[in-house]
Amino acid sequence: MSPRAQVYILAALLALMGAGLTIYKNVELGFPLLPGEYRTVWTIEAKVRFTADGGPAKAALTLPREQRNMEVLGETFSSSGYGFNVIREDDEYRAVWAKRQANGVQSLFYQLDVHQTPGAALEQPLDLSTEVVKPLLGAREQEAVRQAIYSLVGTARERSSDTRTFTSELLVALADNRNQDRNLIFGYYKGRSYVDVALLVLAAADIPAHRIRGLYLEDDRRRLDPEDLLEIYDGKRWVVFEPLSASPGVPKNFFIWQRGGKSLLDVEGGRNSGVTFSVISNDVPARDVAMLSTSQEKEALVDFSIYSLPIEQQSIFKLILLVPVGALVVVLLRVFVGLRTSGTFMPVLLAIAFIETQLFTGLAIFVLILILGLWIRFYLSRLNLLLVARIAAVVVTVVILMGAISVVSYKLGIEQALTVTFFPMIILAWTIERMSIVWEEDGPYEVVIQAGGSLLVAVIAWWVMTNRYIEHWTFNFPELLLVLLGFIMIIGNYTGYRVGELARFRQLVR
Amino acid sequence: MIQLPSFFRGGLVSPFALRRLGVLGMNARNVHYIARYNDRDKYPIVDDKLNTKRQAKRYRIPVPELIAAFETQPSRKRVMDVIEPLEKFVIKPARGSGGKGILVIVGRDGEDYVKPSGNKVTALDIQRHVSNIHSGLYSLGGKPDRVMIEALVDFDPVFDKYSFEGVPDIRVIVFRGFPVMAMLRCSTHDSDGKANLHQGAVGVGVDLATGKASHAVQRGVRVDIHPDTQMPFADLEVPDWRELVKLAASCYEMTGLGYLGCDIVLDRKRGPLLLEANARPGLAIQIANGIGLRTRLEHIEQMDLEQLEKNVEERVAYSMDYFAAKPMT
Repeated sequence: MSPRAQVYILAALLALMGAGLTIYKNVELGFPLLPGEYRTVWTIEAKVRFTADGGPAKAALTLPREQRNMEVLGETFSSSGYGFNVIREDDEYRAVWAKRQANGVQSLFYQLDVHQTPGAALEQPLDLSTEVVKPLLGAREQEAVRQAIYSLVGTARERSSDTRTFTSELLVALADNRNQDRNLIFGYYKGRSYVDVALLVLAAADIPAHRIRGLYLEDDRRRLDPEDLLEIYDGKRWVVFEPLSASPGVPKNFFIWQRGGKSLLDVEGGRNSGVTFSVISNDVPARDVAMLSTSQEKEALVDFSIYSLPIEQQSIFKLILLVPVGALVVVLLRVFVGLRTSGTFMPVLLAIAFIETQLFTGLAIFVLILILGLWIRFYLSRLNLLLVARIAAVVVTVVILMGAISVVSYKLGIEQALTVTFFPMIILAWTIERMSIVWEEDGPYEVVIQAGGSLLVAVIAWWVMTNRYIEHWTFNFPELLLVLLGFIMIIGNYTGYRVGELARFRQLVR
Repeated sequence: MIQLPSFFRGGLVSPFALRRLGVLGMNARNVHYIARYNDRDKYPIVDDKLNTKRQAKRYRIPVPELIAAFETQPSRKRVMDVIEPLEKFVIKPARGSGGKGILVIVGRDGEDYVKPSGNKVTALDIQRHVSNIHSGLYSLGGKPDRVMIEALVDFDPVFDKYSFEGVPDIRVIVFRGFPVMAMLRCSTHDSDGKANLHQGAVGVGVDLATGKASHAVQRGVRVDIHPDTQMPFADLEVPDWRELVKLAASCYEMTGLGYLGCDIVLDRKRGPLLLEANARPGLAIQIANGIGLRTRLEHIEQMDLEQLEKNVEERVAYSMDYFAAKPMT
């Protein structure tokens, strides 16, 4: 295979790999492709209150299970003085607070951050029991109630074709307060909630059903009581109903806390127990949400990446990851335009300094140091020093110049100039030395050309490197470097003319 | 590569026109010719002029006489000992490129030394220059370099009328042993005595068949007479032309490089001498000749093995015949 074909194949493979990883990270892990995307994160706090009797106390709170349309980003428990642990048993997930001796009003908190992933369907818990326990409706005085229930069930059955439509009909009838049967039933079960009654009637109709406890996520809500939904088994799968409107499906913004099963809260050794919820929403950068949700699953792509480094190193890498982009700019300008610079990749280092100093301050400082440095270098050249010693002398001079610029500008109140320290000193010293040689050998004109070319490339590189999209992509999708690598390899194959040559060789075309 | 004033003067031409004319671009040169035909391990032969000299001796290719070479930082006394008896000499870095760091001394004026431009240089300046070369100021990547002191070539006066304050040299591009194009570089007042085209020297395209000038260019503009001496280039003819082309062609065997630029000077008594060889010869030769290089290179690329195995004599004959240019009028 010719080297050229190898380059194309390798470049295509690299690009595919990079693009594939990027798409995976975007689609599966939720890393945003564009900067500045925000996601809503809900912070839900459950507050358990009870009055302790003075002896040992134990409170168990059912916790939400993982759900596909909700991503739990983090949870915190506050349990001052209480022993705490989370137990998982029989498909249930409960927080248990316990204390040997508790007296008076107790407050326990559980807080979690969730993020709604749009579009994901509700997961079916296939292991829920479909067993129906028929209500006991045998006593004489319940005859009327029993009649009413069976009348409701009968009417609904007539007006429906399957379990789903039946449930809808039944819930509509139960919500209709002009219906005599319904009023009779609610009159009898005065102490029970609407959902309790609905569950009872559904059991009488032989339909497996249970309650779903949850919360409507609305910003800045306090002391919410959990709300109930109904879930019925239609023979194949579980269907959720909003009981009052009788419409199927989980309402938008409904966060399911508990599904079927036991009670929400059990307290031993206390009275007047209750749990209330409060909800607030935060707009969080989409990347942070993705980071949080993946850090729990220990996604290898994220775990074995720069994100696992300490924040300080990450911010350094943020800069380092921009260097390849700068190198690409240099390659483009060299291969396609043919710009001459002093030192091939020196403009990239300059561009990095410009990122820290801001463009105009950086340009001004660079030109100032270069001019002063050249001037001093010309004097040094008359002193007959050895080259290395002379460059070392220039390094020292550059350092003194930097110090002087900092102090003078600070006293003058130009704080921007303090960023002078970001310039790489050794590189500056070498540039000064090389420029002075160019001056001696090719004249000042050539110095202006080379310094100008370097600065032009540096400014273009700076401009690209500070682009917020580029910054976002290099840091969040470092695998895009593979695409960049493939691209550079393909450019390396370019054998066409440079823009500069179109001018240089124009005499040949007549 | 770009000269700003000439860059803006006259604008750009279309890449298709350049392609049609067979002009070789920098990228194509790097990828198609240098990377493909020049093995890395042969580079030291040409990149270090001391190696070039050694290798040339082995292949019996005439070169300017080497007077001394300093491997390590020489003491002041050693340098002085060497140059004391000399009237004319050249100091150059072994690994310099693009003519950088070459100091030519053509005479003495009391304690001082005289450059071709007439400027004087003190012994101390020479000391410093030697030290700079040794520290690697002119070498690629700043590596420590060796210092060569060479005898000044006794230039054939034939070019005196075409060169101002400097020495002319002839560049021949040799591809797979076949000479493909040649030019004469004449220094001018503008170029400060240097034979560097981008500094204003005149590039004169030389016809491979006859050694006569076929075209001349200064700073990208066609000229017919030397700007300083006013001599018409139409009368220019390089003596000993066949010998010179043969010398260039034999550099193929000497260096093993497929794409090669040979810089040759004419000595009054010894005839053509190899000054240096270049593994990355520039593309200005196309401007000097007014012709693209690519068509010629492609012609040789299409040759079969038998043709490529010809000896120097046959290759030179082939090139002189095949690449003949129209004489300059």
